[in-house]
Amino acid sequence: MANIEKSILQEKFQPAIIDAAKSEELSKPSLSFWQDSWMRVRKNKAAIVSLVILAIIIIMAFLGPAISGKKADDQNVKHANLPAKIEVLENVSWLPFDGTMVNKAGVEIDMYEKKSVDEYYWFGTDSLGRDIFTRLWKGTQISLYIALLAAVIDMVIGVSYGAISGYFGGRLDNVMQRITEVLTGIPNLIVVVLMILVLEPGILSITIALSITGWVSMARVVRAQVLKLKEQEYVLAARTLGSSHAKIIFKHLVPNLAGVIIINTMFTIPSAIFFEAFLSFIGLGLQAPAASLGTLIEDGFKSLMTYPHMLIFPAITISLIMICFNMVADGLRDALDPKMRD
Amino acid sequence: MMEKILEVKDLNISFHTFSGEVQAIRGVDFDLYKGETLAIVGESGSGKSVTTKSIMRLLPPGNSEIKRGEILFEGKNLAKLSEKEMQKVRGKDISMIFQDPMTSLNPTMKIGKQIMEPILKHHKISKKDAKLRAMELLELVGIPKVEERFNQYPHQFSGGMRQRVVIAIALACDPKILIADEPTTALDVTIQAQILELMKDLQQKIDTSIIFITHDLGVVANVADRVAVMYGGKIVEVGTVDEIFYNPQHPYTWGLISSMPDLDSRGKDLYVIPGTPPDLLNPPKGDAFAARNAYAMQIDLEEQPPMFKVSDTHYAATWLLHPDAPEVVPPEAVVKRREYFLSMNGGK
Amino acid sequence: MAEKKVLLDVKNLKQYFNQGKSNEVKAIDDVSFQIYEGETLGLVGESGCGKSTTGRTIIRLYEATDGEVLFRGKNVHGKKTKAEMLEFNHKMQMIFQDPYASLNPRMKISDIIAEGIDIHGLAKTKTERLEQVYKLLETVGLSKEHANRYPHEFSGGQRQRIGIARALAVQPDFIIADEPISALDVSIQAQVVNLMKKLQEEKGLTYLFIAHDLSMVKYISDRIGVMYFGKLVELTTSEELYENPLHPYTKSLLSAIPQPDPISERTRRRVAYNPSVHNYAEGEEVKMREVKPGHFVLCSEKEFHQYQQQLNNN
Repeated sequence: MANIEKSILQEKFQPAIIDAAKSEELSKPSLSFWQDSWMRVRKNKAAIVSLVILAIIIIMAFLGPAISGKKADDQNVKHANLPAKIEVLENVSWLPFDGTMVNKAGVEIDMYEKKSVDEYYWFGTDSLGRDIFTRLWKGTQISLYIALLAAVIDMVIGVSYGAISGYFGGRLDNVMQRITEVLTGIPNLIVVVLMILVLEPGILSITIALSITGWVSMARVVRAQVLKLKEQEYVLAARTLGSSHAKIIFKHLVPNLAGVIIINTMFTIPSAIFFEAFLSFIGLGLQAPAASLGTLIEDGFKSLMTYPHMLIFPAITISLIMICFNMVADGLRDALDPKMRD
Repeated sequence: MMEKILEVKDLNISFHTFSGEVQAIRGVDFDLYKGETLAIVGESGSGKSVTTKSIMRLLPPGNSEIKRGEILFEGKNLAKLSEKEMQKVRGKDISMIFQDPMTSLNPTMKIGKQIMEPILKHHKISKKDAKLRAMELLELVGIPKVEERFNQYPHQFSGGMRQRVVIAIALACDPKILIADEPTTALDVTIQAQILELMKDLQQKIDTSIIFITHDLGVVANVADRVAVMYGGKIVEVGTVDEIFYNPQHPYTWGLISSMPDLDSRGKDLYVIPGTPPDLLNPPKGDAFAARNAYAMQIDLEEQPPMFKVSDTHYAATWLLHPDAPEVVPPEAVVKRREYFLSMNGGK
Repeated sequence: MAEKKVLLDVKNLKQYFNQGKSNEVKAIDDVSFQIYEGETLGLVGESGCGKSTTGRTIIRLYEATDGEVLFRGKNVHGKKTKAEMLEFNHKMQMIFQDPYASLNPRMKISDIIAEGIDIHGLAKTKTERLEQVYKLLETVGLSKEHANRYPHEFSGGQRQRIGIARALAVQPDFIIADEPISALDVSIQAQVVNLMKKLQEEKGLTYLFIAHDLSMVKYISDRIGVMYFGKLVELTTSEELYENPLHPYTKSLLSAIPQPDPISERTRRRVAYNPSVHNYAEGEEVKMREVKPGHFVLCSEKEFHQYQQQLNNN
């Protein structure tokens, strides 16, 4: 801390010209909320990989049946119980795609030869000779429909219900919350059974069951956030400016709930998918001959010991879908959770 | 000459963030003497909290880095100690109290237990003795009905009382240094006054050195023996409390002193330091304060000023103190203070 | 003083939370005062005294339990049509304390500032709206470039100025500033306060300045009211309050403020306030009495005479 005896040019001591406006400038580029969040998601490798897998599955769900060349309902009993066989890959001995099976004696038999089948069934056939590959993707379509349905119901019913309940509070909130409590008290299965009594088991009854109860967790989460946010000063400012309630809810509250809404939706989707599969599995959902991942698993389950391929392919598919959605949801939560920001 | 108890030399600390490296501390040097209260004054982003947290090594290990410098305490360099070794220092030799009394205490643990915690950790005494010591401390910090209060939870105390408990915990092991990071900022004026009185009183009794961080110059005038003014990650001026308030040399200190209204400011505009604090992501080349400095010279834009000596106890980092620099007239408020001080002391 | 018009008349305002229950809180307990056109009234007190609640009740963010708030003679509370409420919102605005919570983090600055313009239909075209936003940004010392940015990119002081721009957008006559500088650094406080003074001169605004930092309040206010646990205990001009504080709480408050002046700090003695020092008898009427023209103190008849004595002796 001493004087530096440096000789400094006299001109250096002239007053500097300072532009005061410059000090108000913002140097960093403007990042919107979404750009910022996307940057964070990108860092989570698991989420990105899951997103890619999901994208592939979605594409295949629509492409699959088209390229297989077979119909989901076509039965051909002569071609029943064939293991999977894929061109090119059949020559790779350690992959299960060569159309062979090991029988009880431990001998590997080429089933296609045995039954003199020329066509290739990429994932094999079931007990009625239907192509599993095509049925699998058709089933995935149904799962995706359920996913979309769950998301829409969550966002439309769940968000509005929770936002209104939380924003207005008081009596209205009390009543609305009691209603949700009753709804959660009723097990989903009971609702479905009730629907079956009225309608036939199928996609419609599942849709209605989900519509009645699937949005409750979203409503709760949204309400909790709204209770917190409505005391924030920017909401108070909007009130003092004379903003109407609707404007406040949709312009001020909902955009700040986006993170919570997306995360919750992403977590609801896999459970909705599983719900349908489970119902179909126990026979209360889609019925034969409809192809859903649940019915496929149910069929395959019966022949687990003898023809495992019938169970494995749909089981892997549904597991993959659920795991990927959960990974993506996890990644999104880390990215969108404001408390975890630097 | 008083005994030095802490020496911070050329401390440089950076944070690695999403957008790049933020140079939060860019070369800080200061000493702390036994039994004194050193106030560190600065605004948000000046680096005062980072400095003290680094002394306690409480910065998040993931994205902070002590790039250079030493923190010398009792012959050890705290910057280089392992976590285990630091744990022996924290709470025992160096304690810290924070701003928010609401979150400084564990809401699910009884007060008595929280005070006993550091005592039991650092001393080998029985629980019974620790309890006695804890009750002594509660009395020392002015909490009435000690028996009853010992078994209560934080939510049963008011803000001011909680801060007293926090002080009790910090002083439990008779630390040599107490770091107080804005301990009264969140408190009402009258409670603040009580806590400041308490701290000064305790300092006398326990003979501990205090580093007091604040942005409130009134509080500084009340508690400090010496003052260090921080701006843009550096100390720009340091001196005794009288020197800083009555004979400041750095334009930033002038700005701070002048922007406070005093008894006859009414009707006049307050002196304003224009603009906002610098972005430490890209610190400016020369003096970090230059862009807001009405007294800036060409050289301020090019080179960072070194510390110039004003007296044995008073240093300021401004090119205005260079022997070749022109004479400038500080703002009116500062001139008045100099005159006032001289009149009270019959010439310096 | 020239004959001043009363802009805001607060009469016997009461705000009780959880009324009648065991945890009843009398946040505002029978408070009355007036604010004249063009003046700045400071309202000070410590946490829990009710000053923020008073501000928010005046602007009807909270419903008053009892009493009236007359803005230019019309009661802000009570049954009002949407149009009537909009009229109040047009003329009465608020600036908030927390620069980090007072701006919607997901809205662009131009939308934040223009919200009032949109609600009250003050701009007919998009260009007009943008023009008004730019003008407001300039008024508060920011620039056009800032209009497309988001709140998190600004510092506390800048955000506070954006909040001021938002309030000004509807061209109000009266602004309630609820601790507008408490969360800002000292040098930034001066910026905001200077701005508010400038705006007051240029636009003829009236302010209710709520704060706990007495030195700033004294600087900016013409008159100051001191609150303690829901009651107004003293009300007079800034100079008078500092030179002749009468209520013991006011004296205690003033004695507790640290001054940036080490010499005086070494000799300052704090006076603590103990409510029992009043020793009010059962049924003694305690109300605001004018001890000196323009100087009101909450006291009993006995104390009233004591205070008058004190003033005469000075």
